[in-house]
Amino acid sequence: MNLTEQFLARGAGKAKVSAGDIVTVAPDVMMGNDVTSSLAIKILQDAGLEKFADKQKMFIVMSHYVPNKDIKTSEMTLLIRNFVKKHNLPYFFEAGKGGIEHALLPDQGYVVTGDIVIGADSHSCTYGGIHTFATGIGSTDLAAAWVRGKIWLRVPETIKATFNGIPKHPYTSAKDLVLYLIKEIGDDGATYQAIEYHGEAIENLTAEGKLTIANMAIEAGGKNAIFPWDKSIEEYEKTRAQRPVRPVETDPNATFAREYTWNVENLEPQVSYPHLPSKAKPISEVMEEKIQIDQVFIGSCTNAKMEDLRVAAKILKGKKLAPNVRGVAIPASQKIYREAIKEGIVDIFLEAGFAVTGGTCGPCLGGHYGIIGPGEKMLSTSNRNFVGRTGHPKGETYLCNPAVAAASAVVGHIVDPREVMGS
Amino acid sequence: MTMQKGIVYRYGRDVNTDVIIPARYMSMQDPKELAQHCMEDLDPDFIKKVKPGDIMIAEENFGCGSSREHAPISIKAAGISCIISTFFARIFYRNAVNIGLPVFELPEAVKNFQMGDEIEYDLSKGFFKNCRTGEKFQAEPFTPEIQEIFDAGGLIELVKQETGQ
Repeated sequence: MNLTEQFLARGAGKAKVSAGDIVTVAPDVMMGNDVTSSLAIKILQDAGLEKFADKQKMFIVMSHYVPNKDIKTSEMTLLIRNFVKKHNLPYFFEAGKGGIEHALLPDQGYVVTGDIVIGADSHSCTYGGIHTFATGIGSTDLAAAWVRGKIWLRVPETIKATFNGIPKHPYTSAKDLVLYLIKEIGDDGATYQAIEYHGEAIENLTAEGKLTIANMAIEAGGKNAIFPWDKSIEEYEKTRAQRPVRPVETDPNATFAREYTWNVENLEPQVSYPHLPSKAKPISEVMEEKIQIDQVFIGSCTNAKMEDLRVAAKILKGKKLAPNVRGVAIPASQKIYREAIKEGIVDIFLEAGFAVTGGTCGPCLGGHYGIIGPGEKMLSTSNRNFVGRTGHPKGETYLCNPAVAAASAVVGHIVDPREVMGS
Repeated sequence: MTMQKGIVYRYGRDVNTDVIIPARYMSMQDPKELAQHCMEDLDPDFIKKVKPGDIMIAEENFGCGSSREHAPISIKAAGISCIISTFFARIFYRNAVNIGLPVFELPEAVKNFQMGDEIEYDLSKGFFKNCRTGEKFQAEPFTPEIQEIFDAGGLIELVKQETGQ
């Protein structure tokens, strides 16, 4: 069995499962954010459902509109706070005490290698980066799972994606591998399917890099992304996991619905054009267009972990934002924000002229703190660039890695980081 | 169930949840309120014209993007009785089923219909007829897991029956 089948077989208590089987599993973590939890809570209240299978597995992380951006969201989050208080839920992460769920939960050891995770947020596939089965659901599924303690899932077909070679370009990162994959297979190329990652370029990534790749499985329509258990994940979990890790071994006889193999030695940093993540182009082509940008956003569950912030800060150190560019930086969790302050990273951002806050999704989903206006162009380390996603429907968002974002912020149009740093 | 008639609202591929219901309305939970903004970044006329019993038809990958259930909720509350697509994004499909909004994968029907066509249909049978072309389409039956949810009137109704809460 491939990794996804092994996780779902174990979760369902079966010796073997195959693609297409329907299984019922009891997830280890059942998570919602402020937007999706508030709807789940309303659904539960309207239905009069108030007995839950296991409160230790219910997680609510305030991330999208926090701290409250207006009166309407204050009402929305109040509904959640009252629910948490009434049911005395142990895992509630308030604004200022948490961050974006997909950065927070693995980094602080709540989601652990070996887990099955369901999350009412499409980027819940992120946790697959540390060798879990993790997938996104909606609010009704979350409400039902909180009550039942279980959920039915169809065992997906799996795509095997192998990345051979180590990229020579010094600023090609995990983000570029996944933008390239989405370009190659299409924004619906993995619909209903799992993506299992292998190859030298994957083994060479940190666990944070793997989380970045897993995060964007949904941008190809994927149900989940999954990585083999390896030294990088073991190392990551050593200081984080709050429960014992439960890895599975890679089965040499695993079967896959489709296999892709790419050599990425010559892969450059990628930039995805409006309005689909699949519209990726290599930076050398992008540079020729001298695309002027109005705002750079370094943030989101995709690319605002310590590793990402360090890369950006190294480029921004001692430099200023180009006069035409506004900068917004949002470390993905409060813990990361504090670490970034201690390392001097936040000061580098502030010196460069960025507006900085911590632990919220910000303009990634057009929530608050850096919404773009009509006709404006934003270069963003986030994951999705649909029409209206980051603000005004006539605004445009380009997606890239943190190094490209930082370098372009300094130059004023989209550039290869080597333009600023040399080779 | 007897045959019903409605008008088709037809869209292209990759209709994502950010255009079905933009994030700026995510702090709303009332279905009627959400419906007022349904599809507004893609087709501002939709909500002005749509009538109960009308049907939405779209090309590949309908509902891609965010997990926001506000998307199928707003479509259902706008009066749309079902969605037909070449195929759906996974989370949207589950969400629609869970709230009792029928979704049918019928690539041939998607090709046959145009914006504004009149459609005659029987949801319980998964049967659709294009009144303009005369062509008829029959959907595959739902899997037992999904049929059980529709029969109960949505996932929450099913959970209520199960748990007796």
